[in-house]
This record gives sequence, C-alpha cells and structure tokens, in this order.
Amino acid sequence: MLLLSCPNCGPRNVAEFRFGGEVHPRPAQPAHLSDASWSDYLYMRANTLGVQKEWWYHRAGCGLWFLAERHTQTNEVTATYRWQPADTTPSI
Amino acid sequence: MSLKLLKQALNTAAPLPRMWRARELKDHYDVVIIGGGAHGLACAYYLAKDHGITDVAVLEKSYIGSGGSGRNTTIIRSNYLTPEGVRFYDESVKLYEEMAAELDFNVMFSQRGHLTLAHTDAAVRTMRRRAEVNRLQGVDSRLIWPDEIKRLCPPIDISDHPRYPIQAALYHPPGGVIRHDAVVWGYAAQADAGGVHLHQQTRVTGLQMEGGRVVGVETHRGRIGAGIVLNATAGWATTIADMAGVRLPITTFPLQACVTEPLKPFLDVIIVSGSLHVYVSQSDRGELVMGAAVDPFASYALRGSLSFIEGIAGHMLELFPSFAPARIMRLWAGLCDMTPDYSPIMGFTPVEGFLVDVGWGTYGFKAAPVSGKRMAELIASGQTPDLLRPFRLSRFAEHDLVGEKGAASVGH
Ligand SMILES: Cc1cc2nc3c(=O)[nH]c(=O)nc-3n(C[C@H](O)[C@H](O)[C@H](O)COP(=O)(O)OP(=O)(O)OC[C@H]3O[C@@H](n4cnc5c(N)ncnc54)[C@H](O)[C@@H]3O)c2cc1C
Ligand SMILES: [Zn+2]
Repeated sequence: MLLLSCPNCGPRNVAEFRFGGEVHPRPAQPAHLSDASWSDYLYMRANTLGVQKEWWYHRAGCGLWFLAERHTQTNEVTATYRWQPADTTPSI
Repeated sequence: MSLKLLKQALNTAAPLPRMWRARELKDHYDVVIIGGGAHGLACAYYLAKDHGITDVAVLEKSYIGSGGSGRNTTIIRSNYLTPEGVRFYDESVKLYEEMAAELDFNVMFSQRGHLTLAHTDAAVRTMRRRAEVNRLQGVDSRLIWPDEIKRLCPPIDISDHPRYPIQAALYHPPGGVIRHDAVVWGYAAQADAGGVHLHQQTRVTGLQMEGGRVVGVETHRGRIGAGIVLNATAGWATTIADMAGVRLPITTFPLQACVTEPLKPFLDVIIVSGSLHVYVSQSDRGELVMGAAVDPFASYALRGSLSFIEGIAGHMLELFPSFAPARIMRLWAGLCDMTPDYSPIMGFTPVEGFLVDVGWGTYGFKAAPVSGKRMAELIASGQTPDLLRPFRLSRFAEHDLVGEKGAASVGH
C-alpha cells in the first residue's frame, strides 16, 4: 500500500500518515469496569487477518484523525472516511 | 563435517540421507504443536529428550522454518532490562553455547560481541542501568566509551560530525550470531530421531472443543485428536487463539531486513543503534546483515518497502560513512507478534488443554532453546517453571507487566 486517501487531502504517500491501530471503542463507564474488563480493553486486540477498521492520522498533512478499512494481508484499502460517533460505540 | 561433505561430493550414487522422515498422519497425539518454527521444534525435541513424551506432532502449514525462524537476523544476547528477562534469556545463551554438541550439528554460533550505541544522555542512563541489572544476574555487560568502541569497531564514526554523535555503548561480549536454518534443522532432525512426527504442508483450520477444553485440531488433511495443543505460530498467534476463544494482547507487524553484496571481513562485532533505529553484523559470507524496527503499520503482508531501504541506508551511513559504495542485494520481511510490554507470553490459557508460546515479537529467535526446554517441562509436569512465571498470560489481567521495550524495540 503506497497511497492512502485522506478525507481532506485525497491520495497521499502512506509515509505522511501515522498508523493509530485497530478501532477499539473506549468503555462507556471506565470507573465501573472490573479489573478483567479493564485489562481486556487496555491490552487485548483482535489483530484481524482480513479487512480491519483502523485509525490513521495525517501527520505531515492536515492533521486529521480518520478511519480506514484495509485488508491486513493484501494492504488493499477499500474505504477511508471521517469519524462518526457510531464508529466507536462502546461495547462494554 | 567437511570430510563428510567431500565424501558425499565424490559419491555419485546416493543423495545425503534425509534429516527427518515423512510420517503417516495419526488420528491422535498426546501433544500437538502448531507451528514448525524454532520454538515449536525445540519444544518437541525437549518433550522427547527430557521427558520421554514422544507421541508428539508438529504441524506446519508451509515448510519448517518458513516463518520468523528462517527470516531473522540471528542476534543472540541476554543483556535485557528486567531481572526476569535477563535470567530467562541468559539460560538461552547458555543452551546455545552447548547446542552444536547437543544437536550434533554445526550451528555456527559466533559470540563476537554486541554493542548497543547511546547517542543521548537518556540513552546513556538506560545503558548504565541495563549494565547494572545484567551484572547483578551474572551477565557480562558494561558501559564503554567512544575510544573503546573505536578499538572494537574501527570503521565506525565516533567524531562529532554526525547529527547524533556516539556518546557511549552497552558492551555485551557473549552476544553473537548463528546460522538460523541450522538451528531449525538441528531441532527438527533430533526431534524426529526422538520419535516426534513432523508434518509439513499441514495447516490447522480449527480447534475441536469439548466441554470447554481443547481435544484436537482440524487440519485441511483431517481431524487430529490431542491431549494438549500448543500454539507456537508467532505472527499468526491470534488466528489460532481465536479458534479457542482466547484473547491475546498481540498485534502483528512486519519486520524487514536486508543484506549487501559480500565484502571482505572487516566488521567483527554487532552494532545496534536504538536512536537511529538500525543494526548491523557481517555474515560469514561477508554480507552486511542490516535491520531496523518494525514497519510503521500492522500487517500480515510479507513485503519489503522502499522507505525501509531509504531509512536504513541513511542512518547506516551516519554510523559508517565507508558503507556508501556497498550495494543492497536482498530484502525480505517476516511477521512479528508484538506484545504491549515487549515480553513473550508462555504457558496456560483460560481454556484447558490449550497452551501458548507466543508474543515473540522481534526478539524470539534467541529464546527458542529456553522456551522449548521450559515449555516441555511445563507440559510434562503441569506446573509453570519459575523461569516462565513472569511471562504468564494472566500478567495482563494482573497488571504485572515485564517492560522490555528499552532493551528490545530495535536491538532484537
Ligand atoms: C527480519 C527479522 C529479524 C529478526 N531478528 C531477530 C534477531 O536478531 N534475534 C532474535 O532473537 N529474533 C529475531 N527476530 C524474531 C524471530 O525471528 C522470531 O521471534 C522467532 O523466529 C519466532 O519463532 P517461532 O518458532 O515462535 O515462530 P515462526 O518461526 O514464525 O514459526 C511459526 C510457524 O507457524 C506456522 N503457522 C502459522 N499458522 C499456522 C497454521 N494455521 N497451521 C500450521 N502452521 C501454522 C508458520 O507457517 C510458521 O512457520 C527477527 C524477526 C524478523 C522477521
Ligand atoms: Zn489530510
């Protein structure tokens, strides 16, 4: 994957961006989590082999944090878009 | 060895005997190990040798050593940052020192000395701390200054011309390099001789569960019952753990390395720079073997990139201006199962019968002997050996991490 399309700036060299990891919604009420759920949130990851929804930051460009859908085996990017609240609805 | 080779060269009739046999796939094994890398093979070898557990199969989706074990830059050392880490890796260095005799195979272990450069005050402080932790564990490790660095490594630039001049180095004389394929083949051959079945081209596609425990694996060649299943698949660790419903704190990143054309031997030691994100050693063939930190984004793709070459070449020339005419001949990538604390995960999981030996990140080749030996002990005894306890999976729920980032993120 050499090009990533920033929702503001369009296709740019991937070197301009910083990878922000798989989308991983914050817990709704962190103060009320059990230790086990908190550690699950902090450390455990899906590490999907396939299409993954993930964060990117246009570091050397407009400064936008946005979302991408990328196949982690082929690195093919099928979509990039601005964040909406529904993208990070807490599951715990 | 060389006489044997010569005899073989003159022998036109028979090819060299195969190092391990192709066996019938049985429908049940006491222990099934998923992943035919150095870790899976070492564990199989020690199960047979130390514990007489020989009803063991190693299942490998491709060929043996096709994962990180055949792609790494073979640095072996024990100068880590935590006492738990230093003790663990030091047992591995000692096992490597005995390995050629143990496996009756020339693994070409060369303990040529390992230098981790410090270019900032903060890095000098970290190196000083590492040296003290190392020495408390009886590991040969000390801080040295530019004049001694230059004596050990004449081509290096210790002047104040580079952007980040060299201030000091952590010097670890027992650190070395080895022939990784020989390690993999040696374990495979001796595991086979001990009665272990090695099944290449056998991909695990699912796990059989019964009453909440693992009772076997599904492969594209059929089902295989198992008393114990060990996940030793490194970069693919979460794909197997998913089948058992076990969550792991692992993200898979590619790590690249490259070699130059062969040059006359001139670089005796291994040089690592954490600040510049590069390291180099010279192979027995004369190639400069160079690597860096993991790729900037998570992926299962085994591809090289131009930005890696650009980065490594630029930084390497800051250390060694004389490398400029050397041409890069080959470039490759392997997958690294990165954990939050840069330490591995070994032992039991919440699912009975399902064990892990994963989280080897960019640093796991050096640990294959000790983890194989101690995981075999864990399987045979049903108890976690003291050396492995700090690396249990439950440390994350207990917030009891073993932070090795300062010693493992670039200098693998
Ligand atoms: C470029 C590079 C440089 C490195 N440098 C160093 C270094 O200098 N020093 C060091 O100590 N470490 C280094 N490492 C790290 C080291 O290579 C690994 O940590 C180590 O090899 C892991 O060994 P392993 O046996 O656990 O896994 P691997 O050797 O990766 O073996 C795992 C095996 O599992 C198999 N597998 C996966 N899925 C399945 C399935 N579904 N069914 C069956 N089989 C499956 C794979 O095909 C693979 O062969 C480096 C890694 C890379 C990529
Ligand atoms: Zn932008």
